[in-house]
Amino acid sequence: MDVVVQLQRQLADHTASLFHEGFLNEQFNQLQQLQDESNPDFVVEVVSLFFEDSERLLNELAKALEQQAVDYKKVDAHVHQLKGSSSSIGAQRVQGVCIPFRNFCEEQNIEGCLKCLQQVKHEYSLVKNKLETLFKLEQQLIAAGGSFPTL
Amino acid sequence: MLKSKTGMEDGFLSSVGAGDSTMLEAPTKITALVVDDDTINQMFHHRLLDNLGIRNQVVRNGKEAIDVHCSGKNFDLILMDMEMPVMNGIEATRKLRAMGIRSMIAGVSTNTREREKFMEAGLDDYQEKPLTTSKLVSILHKVHKDG
Repeated sequence: MDVVVQLQRQLADHTASLFHEGFLNEQFNQLQQLQDESNPDFVVEVVSLFFEDSERLLNELAKALEQQAVDYKKVDAHVHQLKGSSSSIGAQRVQGVCIPFRNFCEEQNIEGCLKCLQQVKHEYSLVKNKLETLFKLEQQLIAAGGSFPTL
Repeated sequence: MLKSKTGMEDGFLSSVGAGDSTMLEAPTKITALVVDDDTINQMFHHRLLDNLGIRNQVVRNGKEAIDVHCSGKNFDLILMDMEMPVMNGIEATRKLRAMGIRSMIAGVSTNTREREKFMEAGLDDYQEKPLTTSKLVSILHKVHKDG
């Protein structure tokens, strides 16, 4: 089979699964729509920022929750930021965990918070992997001389 | 970091959103200020506005929004986040109104609990994050009507 066609199929399947499995929602389409000839790397740029931000916040959260006296206000502020940036790129499963996480902060429930931290880390690494695969497929497709349909 | 591109051409709002017949028809000279501490949102809102041909400048908190107005600049539209360090959106909106700024200020936030308080500070509109082209267009319709 033609390499380009094969890659296009792979890319289409991968993208579809990202939405079907709920990793991404229509907000991600919004980002893709804002990508054009004058901003060809917009999605990658925003998503890279999301990776940087999330990793920083997840580290901060782990540190904050290790403290003897946990500063729940601080924890909540970090979770709020993570919720904001994940919703901006449409990473809805990450965003989804932030909701109970904030409730546990309000209750000052350490076990709940720690459980949510594990969940949000897990969801983050999943969506990161999926997005990296998506970008890799796009690059391979372009390298093979194909183009992918912009929405 | 994300300053508006000076000399950028004025775009046509009517050229966006295929199938949406309610777009504004006139070429725009609308200017906007994005007030948000989150870098992703800064990029995103900047690009959303840019895409509609709206020249825009980005600042990181309410204090910077005040400063930019004190330096004599004026905008048709201000997209105001609520939770920000240094000065939040509620305080900034209140201050801007007290300074006599009559620009359309649209609150853009995820915090619905304090929505009323935010509105009372002097907002013309409130949209829940994430912002989308259609939400932005609905805000811009109000700018035209009021202006």
